Amino acid sequence: MASSFNVSTRTEEGYAVIETDGYLNGPTGEKLAETAKDLMNQGYNTLVINLEKTRLVNSIGISILIEIIEYLQEHGGSVHFCHLTPVIERTFKMMGLAQHAELHSDEASATANL
Amino acid sequence: MAEEKREVILNIPIHPNMELVAAHTASILAEIMEFEETHIDEIQLAIIETCINAFEHSNSRDSKVTVTYVLTDGELELKITDHGTGFGAEQTELLTGEARARAMQKRGWGLEIIREMMDEVEIDSSDEGTTITMLKKRI
Repeated sequence: MASSFNVSTRTEEGYAVIETDGYLNGPTGEKLAETAKDLMNQGYNTLVINLEKTRLVNSIGISILIEIIEYLQEHGGSVHFCHLTPVIERTFKMMGLAQHAELHSDEASATANL
Repeated sequence: MAEEKREVILNIPIHPNMELVAAHTASILAEIMEFEETHIDEIQLAIIETCINAFEHSNSRDSKVTVTYVLTDGELELKITDHGTGFGAEQTELLTGEARARAMQKRGWGLEIIREMMDEVEIDSSDEGTTITMLKKRI
């Protein structure tokens, strides 16, 4: 059982990648939101969020992801998710997140057109 | 011959991340029962949402939640009980998904997610507390 949560970032030409590791809930979602805002402040308003090492995302975590998407959209940016489990993808679609961000199977397809 | 039932009971304090203890226990039991991986994720998410609802909204008098796992041949039943103040029917029949999703409504999705993830969900709530009973069938 992983209760720890880690975020790592990588910047590329024109976009940044955030990789999460662990359970995404309210507090860890806030940590992710801070990371996203830091990257925006550095000039990266196109973000790829790679959830390969995250198996559980609760509804509060998703609500924070929606806030990140809204914030980026207000600033002309976009969010691209990849490596979602089937359950995470289904929950994203249920809560409307998938209408405002792109969902991809892997990082290569997420970054193909950036 | 009567079907064998095995029961596991877990008492968890209302405390951050304790929902993971309940979810992990469910995961282990579902693995033993040979549920497929996606169904195990569904069970874990349902139990997490149920526990968080209880943590945030029950006003539990004893600050704990009891999770009972009942294993039979092809089904895993979960009962999550708090000793809080309960909630009314209007709170269990909130707006339906599509309209809320279109509006990107951020909070209050717990019960809808639970119903989506599990095969059967029953809610028994009174001013003595709430029990949510959920069933997942192994396919």
